[in-house]
Amino acid sequence: MSTKVLHVLYNDDDVLMDAVKTTRAAHHHIEEVFTPFPVHGLDKAMGLKPTRLAICAFIYGLCGLSFATFMMNYIMIQDWPQDIGGKPSFSYIQNMPSFVPIMFELTVFFAAHLMVITFFLRSRLWPFKKAENPDVRTTDDHFLMEVALHGSEEEALEFFRNTGAVEVKVIDKH
Amino acid sequence: MSSHYEAPIRKPLVIGDKSYHDITVDVARPVETRANKQWWTVFTIALIAFLWGAGCMVYTIGTGIGTWGLNKTVGWAWDITNFVWWVGIGHAGTLISAVLLLFRQKWRMAINRSAEAMTIFSVVQAGLFPIIHMGRPWLAYWVLPMPNQFGSLWVNFNSPLLWDVFAISTYLSVSLVFWWTGLLPDFAMLRDRAVTPFSKRIYSTLSFGWSGRAKDWQRFEEVSLVLAGLATPLVLSVHTIVSFDFATSVIPGWHTTILPPYFVAGAIFSGFAMVNTLLIIMRKVVSLEDYITIQHIELMNIIVMITGSVVGIAYITELWVAWYSGVEYEQYAFLNRATGPYWWSYWLMMTCNVISPQVMWFKKIRTSILGSFIISIIVNIGMWFERFVIIVTSLHRDYLPSSWTMFQPTFVDAGIYIGTIGFFFVLFLLYSRTFPVIAQAEVKTILKSSGENYKKKRENENHSHNH
Repeated sequence: MSTKVLHVLYNDDDVLMDAVKTTRAAHHHIEEVFTPFPVHGLDKAMGLKPTRLAICAFIYGLCGLSFATFMMNYIMIQDWPQDIGGKPSFSYIQNMPSFVPIMFELTVFFAAHLMVITFFLRSRLWPFKKAENPDVRTTDDHFLMEVALHGSEEEALEFFRNTGAVEVKVIDKH
Repeated sequence: MSSHYEAPIRKPLVIGDKSYHDITVDVARPVETRANKQWWTVFTIALIAFLWGAGCMVYTIGTGIGTWGLNKTVGWAWDITNFVWWVGIGHAGTLISAVLLLFRQKWRMAINRSAEAMTIFSVVQAGLFPIIHMGRPWLAYWVLPMPNQFGSLWVNFNSPLLWDVFAISTYLSVSLVFWWTGLLPDFAMLRDRAVTPFSKRIYSTLSFGWSGRAKDWQRFEEVSLVLAGLATPLVLSVHTIVSFDFATSVIPGWHTTILPPYFVAGAIFSGFAMVNTLLIIMRKVVSLEDYITIQHIELMNIIVMITGSVVGIAYITELWVAWYSGVEYEQYAFLNRATGPYWWSYWLMMTCNVISPQVMWFKKIRTSILGSFIISIIVNIGMWFERFVIIVTSLHRDYLPSSWTMFQPTFVDAGIYIGTIGFFFVLFLLYSRTFPVIAQAEVKTILKSSGENYKKKRENENHSHNH
């Protein structure tokens, strides 16, 4: 069974923002909005939950810090302690000032890379992935709102034309 | 309209009567059109320099480090000078993209893409030097923490040289993902405009299938912000750690606590000068003067002036501390820098780095294209000599006067250096014709607040309200 959706195109971000608000107020279900650039406040207007990627980054950073600590403790203290310039080689905590730079670097390394990888996986972005924006103009200067169609098609078309849309299309989605 | 308010006193960042579509067209133009004759000329020169440098590298690796001018007293010279010089240049890119993002500076948006590209390309040049200086570059992986069986011992985590390995590789890889994440929407724009199947396929692959969903943008902005937050201390740590290569030694002139902040300021100084050098040419060649405006150049000049003054204060502090320390060796090291056989490099450094940026106090000079370009070149010459002064003049007269000597570079030293400049420009020129050189998605977000036409429109509306 195919479901019908509306593709409503706008050519201005302010018009889009107002349209999103009126659409939600009229209890239409916004499936997705495709924009050429980040429209500030759009996620809130659409009712999207805040992203938790920053929390992930913090946790990944802690992983990096622990990894650095365990690695250097094993290498420099447990496995093969050496006397280098008389620095204390039998206690991690006493030798730690020398280890701070790498503890810091690995914290950043883990936080940054794992966060970006999480972002790519969550947003389904990777090389050879096919783009899913329904209209090529949405990376240029058009804003596309995809709305589920329930009830009368005529009424819906009329409603969205009044929101300032430059184009309204009915699409069969399989 | 009201949500895009910006104080009228702020000068527009996008000049002309631009719409969103105009930005798309302007940014895509260099990619979609053919390169002109000048591009090919400069590219050929850069390529020849690169090939010459590659030849010198092959010669070095095949014959040995003896092909360089190094001797028993001066064991580090041009290679490390070039390494520090290139790493320093790289700093401006992260500063523009990360620090200015945290400070919400809108003017960063027209220049961050190219500045980050410059960062990545110059860190690549920097990384070449320690690797070829190893003599056996195929064993470069020994700097990684490998288990005992590979050699006799683990790597030494007490060594600043190893900290450098971690700092530079973290810096290069994090800058790369920061850059690429920002590029995705712009590659997507090129993909959706592409007419030939070949370019469509290329930009489709490069854009990772970016579709611009509201949720993607929300994540994108969060990731950019967190990456900026991570990259800011990272960029400061990188040159700090580079300075530790010297500061943790016992060589007079190197063993100073001022080195970390002094190196970081110097890095930003030379990096911004290089951004100016590149962008002054690029804005003209790819006709993006409406986006990279005189105001952008002026703001970068102000940063050059400030960091140049910080560097100047650091030079003078160093002299004062050498005297105040009462350590004879330290005092001699500085006296020798200024009045010894390498006096000319010291005074060249002082003139280029401390005196020349002071002309930026004059608005006429800092808003002049030619003036900015000349100063940016002078600054980078000065910053190369700064590293040369620190490294060679501290080494050539060591604790043992019987081993005092001079350093004489060979054609191989010069060839490798010129080769990296060539390599850098080869990469940058290829970038400028195949990548979106302006973060167009981000510039579109500031068009309504900082575009000249929108600012004028707002002003006119205000006037009509008043009457």
